[in-house]
Amino acid sequence: MQIEASALSVERGGRVVFADLGFRLKAGEALRVTGPNGAGKSTLLKAVAGLLPLAAGKIEIAPSCDVRRAELCHYVGHADALKPSLTACENLAFLAALLATGAARPGAAAIEAALQRLGLAAVADLPAAYLSAGQKRRAALARLAAVFRPIWLLDEPLTALDPPSQAVILEIMAAHLAAGGIIIVATHTALPIGTADLALGRASGP
Amino acid sequence: MKQSGVPLPSALGALLLRDLRIGRRVGGAASMGVLFFLCLVAITPFAIGPDLALLARIGPAILWIAALLATLLGLDRLFQADAEDGSLDLFLMSDTPLELIVLVKCLAHWLLTGLPLVIASPFFGLLLGLDARALEGVAASLFVGTPALTLIGAIGAALTVSLRRGGLLLAILILPLSIPILIFGVAAASGAMAFLMPFLVLCGLTLAALALTPFAAALALRNGLE
Repeated sequence: MQIEASALSVERGGRVVFADLGFRLKAGEALRVTGPNGAGKSTLLKAVAGLLPLAAGKIEIAPSCDVRRAELCHYVGHADALKPSLTACENLAFLAALLATGAARPGAAAIEAALQRLGLAAVADLPAAYLSAGQKRRAALARLAAVFRPIWLLDEPLTALDPPSQAVILEIMAAHLAAGGIIIVATHTALPIGTADLALGRASGP
Repeated sequence: MKQSGVPLPSALGALLLRDLRIGRRVGGAASMGVLFFLCLVAITPFAIGPDLALLARIGPAILWIAALLATLLGLDRLFQADAEDGSLDLFLMSDTPLELIVLVKCLAHWLLTGLPLVIASPFFGLLLGLDARALEGVAASLFVGTPALTLIGAIGAALTVSLRRGGLLLAILILPLSIPILIFGVAAASGAMAFLMPFLVLCGLTLAALALTPFAAALALRNGLE
């Protein structure tokens, strides 16, 4: 699998966020998107996820398949998509059922395993409202482990995580790459996994 | 990948289950609607005075207006809550069509808000001194009419999804559209004309809303992405 973006341009609210952006990722490759606040890192991820319209350019996936690009991607943005009144386990079970494609519906065992992997087994039956910021982040990231999708779009995945949890996430990301997945991650921190870098910059000046 | 353990329900089943659970847990959306309905029905006689004949005559209309307002309650959060916490993004990335997701969310809303009103309406009708025939008419007309209120409301909820205080705008958008439902609902309930004719028109309105809403609301949600 390969994803190639060329001459990408996205506008939000009439303002060009970035223009003429391109990258190409093959199976097992990761791209680290860097840049100052407001440079358009999140916008790029959302555009790749199909959540924002492209003003120009195109994103192609090869070999071409008949499912939408959005259905091949995991997108973990700033919002956790967790319902405060549901337990971590219920939240993840719902998201897994929603995001699973085709006949491969993950079972309850897969949900438990994902929570276990992210170190949430002890709080699995606690309403998400009572989780700490880092635990919520982990609960959101747990869907990466629960449902397989080849392309991961991660927006600041390590924010609010303690060092051991960061290590677990990096491990999961490395395993995904080793299995032939593709990751695009927007972050300010250096990552120990091998990544290509894409620096977004705003035009200087006021 | 080998699957084991209990299989999860399909995406739509899981969504229905999730929305019902949320509605039951957070302050009980269901009981809130019924309580609001009871408040409206209970204060009306104080405004009108203890004229039992008058109350019995306008009772069906009072019940219908109360049901309309109780349905509006909480409708603004139908999609807004999901848009704010990022769930809506994931709905769009699912292989389940957004149109069906809209329909299931409407079903959950109706089960939590509309159905309790239908069940409570004969008892509240007693408070207004309705006779047995009118009680049946009110319950039957609300049963087929409240889904239309939820469905039309969902279009408004989708249009106002990105507005912080969209509740008032939602009411202004939706109330004029619900006038036909109100007219035929009250006509069927009060039996001023024959029961059957307005009842069938009401069924038709609900079916039309059922056919139109998924597409209109999904379109509004997709365009509201920015």
